[in-house]
Amino acid sequence: MLRTIGVASVEELFCDIPEELRFKGRLDLPPGLSEPELLAHLRELAGKNRHLDQLVCFAGGGAYDHVIPSAVRTVISRSEFYTSYTPYQAEITQGVLQSIFEFQTLICQLTGLDVANASMYDGASACAEGLIMACAHTGKARVLVAQSIHPEYRLVAETYLRHQGIAVDIVPCAQGVVDLAALAERLGTDVAGLLVQHPNFFGHLEPVREAAQAVHAAGGLFVVAVDPISLGILEPPGAYGADIAAGEGQALGNPLSFGGPYLGFLSAKEELVRKMPGRIVGETVDAQGRRGYVLTLQAREQHIRRHRATSNICTNQALNALAASAYLALLGKEGFREAAYLSFQKAHYLEARLRELSGKPGGLSRRWDLPFFKEFVIQSAVPAGELQRRLIARGFLAGPSFSQVGLEPDNALLVCATEARSRAEIDGFVEAVKASLTE
Amino acid sequence: MSRLLFEQGAPGRRGFRFPICDVPEIALEDALPPESLRREAAPLPELSELEVIRHYVRLSRRNYAVDVGIYPLGSCTMKYNPKVDEEAADLTGFRRLHPYQPDETVQGALELMYHLERFLCEIAGLARASLSPAAGAHGELLGLMLIRAHHAARGEGDRSEILIPDSAHGTNPASAAMCGYRVVEIPSDSRGGMDLEEVKRRVGPKTAGLMLTNPNTLGLFDERIAEIAQVVHEAGGLLYYDGANANAILGISRPGDMGFDIVHFNLHKTFATPHGGGGPGAGPVAVSEELARFLPVPTVERLPDGTFYLERERPEAVGRIRSFYGNFGVLVRAYAYIRAHGPEGLRKVSEHAVLHANYLMRRLAPYFELPYQRRCMHEFVLSGKRQKERGVRTADIAKRLLDYGIHAPTVYFPLIVEEAIMIEPTETEPLEALEALAEAMIAIAREVETHPDTVKSAPHETPVGRLDETRAARHPVLRWTPKEQNAAAST
Repeated sequence: MLRTIGVASVEELFCDIPEELRFKGRLDLPPGLSEPELLAHLRELAGKNRHLDQLVCFAGGGAYDHVIPSAVRTVISRSEFYTSYTPYQAEITQGVLQSIFEFQTLICQLTGLDVANASMYDGASACAEGLIMACAHTGKARVLVAQSIHPEYRLVAETYLRHQGIAVDIVPCAQGVVDLAALAERLGTDVAGLLVQHPNFFGHLEPVREAAQAVHAAGGLFVVAVDPISLGILEPPGAYGADIAAGEGQALGNPLSFGGPYLGFLSAKEELVRKMPGRIVGETVDAQGRRGYVLTLQAREQHIRRHRATSNICTNQALNALAASAYLALLGKEGFREAAYLSFQKAHYLEARLRELSGKPGGLSRRWDLPFFKEFVIQSAVPAGELQRRLIARGFLAGPSFSQVGLEPDNALLVCATEARSRAEIDGFVEAVKASLTE
Repeated sequence: MSRLLFEQGAPGRRGFRFPICDVPEIALEDALPPESLRREAAPLPELSELEVIRHYVRLSRRNYAVDVGIYPLGSCTMKYNPKVDEEAADLTGFRRLHPYQPDETVQGALELMYHLERFLCEIAGLARASLSPAAGAHGELLGLMLIRAHHAARGEGDRSEILIPDSAHGTNPASAAMCGYRVVEIPSDSRGGMDLEEVKRRVGPKTAGLMLTNPNTLGLFDERIAEIAQVVHEAGGLLYYDGANANAILGISRPGDMGFDIVHFNLHKTFATPHGGGGPGAGPVAVSEELARFLPVPTVERLPDGTFYLERERPEAVGRIRSFYGNFGVLVRAYAYIRAHGPEGLRKVSEHAVLHANYLMRRLAPYFELPYQRRCMHEFVLSGKRQKERGVRTADIAKRLLDYGIHAPTVYFPLIVEEAIMIEPTETEPLEALEALAEAMIAIAREVETHPDTVKSAPHETPVGRLDETRAARHPVLRWTPKEQNAAAST
């Protein structure tokens, strides 16, 4: 090869790099490892963690331990999918393109809205981009965000929007849900949109119809963040007036993996499609009339529009979206309803069992007595971080504590039960809580 | 034609069964407001597990991938993804971790993140890094936020312009705009580098920073980077390094030493984590000591006793750009890749990447226009100008390559090269694969001379022919709808 190129050494190929910019030493990194050595090292690191086959998971807060059918892994392990790039050459990447088209359809089937994109980084950035869409559509530069959304989503939205000169006003929450009176006070014709999470960070159902009506009356868009699993039993956002539905899709067939990779989803009413960020796949035909799929409406995107693009997003979470599609296809209409229904039942059984401990030593109670889906907030005489640790000693994970997400008070703890929890596990957890409170 | 999920199965079919409910059941209406409940089940498809698996295996067979063949997409670094990295990320001790586990139960995960941050800083020649960004563009956005934080802290928050060369990736100007900056485009000079005189003319008190890829998107190393850095720094601006092309410089040159203040790496390019058909990736951002205080929450820190913890309180942080801690599973793969290679191995990666690109460039130079007659780095850009004179466009050449069973290079980018064909072979391809690509490109160049129509109407051998993109954009069909709704919509 060197002869073909016409150089004597590989070193010569780097002749364009000025001498003073060449790195002279050796990078200060550990020496290379063979495959068995590498695996042994990584197993050792992994072994320092206590994973969820060792701790029974009653934690939530935007990342959930739902059952993942084995076949999901089979699908995403096809290396024709996972070692592929963004489908820029449609004729030889119909597999990925069709799977994205199906993902878009499935998300619309869940949300009851018209269009969805190919995925966002996570639930938080999907919400932030949803608010940016609202601003782009209305031409206004002020948004309202309910205080009861996931605190990390709020921080991400604030971080994203601040740099675009968009004002973010927080609508306080009263007794565990958005305060409609406070919302009314803050609404005005300068408001581009309102973001509410439903069920919210505390697990409660929000007054979404009232919120939708209020923001629409002021001329803004209603952006809702949803737990996709909840849509197995709850009204789809399209039915209660949402213009944009965003959310975290991890619960759909993606492992917890210490917080990522997950996938954000973003869906909207049809008239908003040209303000949407990210990739969108559309159906078309070839010269012979055969159906096929292509990346479309690319005039919104950074590689065409550059500084006038709707967003800078390029790489997304396609493989996680594929897992979500496979998950939904496997569960199907009835199975998906059951995932939500069973999560609801397990969480309500958990809540009823924990209720038995109230009025007993330890001072356990629910922080707010409101309708919830699969998670809720408890408080006790023991600081939540300490309670979390005592539960771990007994083999159970609960959380997050309010202090883990920057909220108060420090004795409040989120607990969650999905369909993956058995009655025996729930009973065991309740016993562990009881013992931990009186330790 | 491949049927959609929604066109298969039958009512009542399902691919998965949950255990029966083992707790006392309550009525939904007793716990939830009736108006909050779905009246009808979501209209999802109904298939057996076998049908779902066959569906996706069928789709996978209609998809090109690195594991299928050479993938010379310029600027995308489609190298082979070692399988051991997949096994690493799949270890139960990583895969089954909840993000809100207390720090003491995730010491291995935090240790891995702590060291990965330091590895990336060493490779970049910088001080600290954030592992939060989920992709390269996400890293760019963060980098620009850091630039703003830096200026604001010095009372120069009114700096409003970002300089970007005309050869830049589209994400650069898009990220700058998304961060509220005005984009000032700098033309390239005759050697393909940034026009230094133009940089000097355009920098000033409004300059917040400059974004640059080096080697740039022409695959050329900007030799005057030190001077450019000096000019920008003297004007009070910062330098941002787009690491999309870092595969050329591992252990050979470090952005921090070139004068860059901020660097993002694409772990899904340089550090071999798979692209997943468009993602997930990860775009960690490394910064100089001076900027470290602005990095977003959280960071991983170590106590004197060796315990690792997540630092969520950083008073000067730009904020938070992602929930949790980034694409952890991707970070595990990149960590494994760096540990497997070590310092010598990483240097070899870049040497081979550059060797392969130069070899292919020489092989193809007689047949295609080569706009910049220089040594290239890890990729190079040809022009299809000569072929265009015969009525064959670069798009046609790209499509014809598909008939030869090879994925096309990046085309029409960078924008400053007419009929651009951008080839990045990567270090992992064997000589035979490079040869197959060269032979196919040469054969196509000959076809352009002998029977151009074959090229112009390509592809011929793919599952579908050239697709009507105009129709897709003019009459968007963005989801499947049942037939009766289709009929209603069209009447």
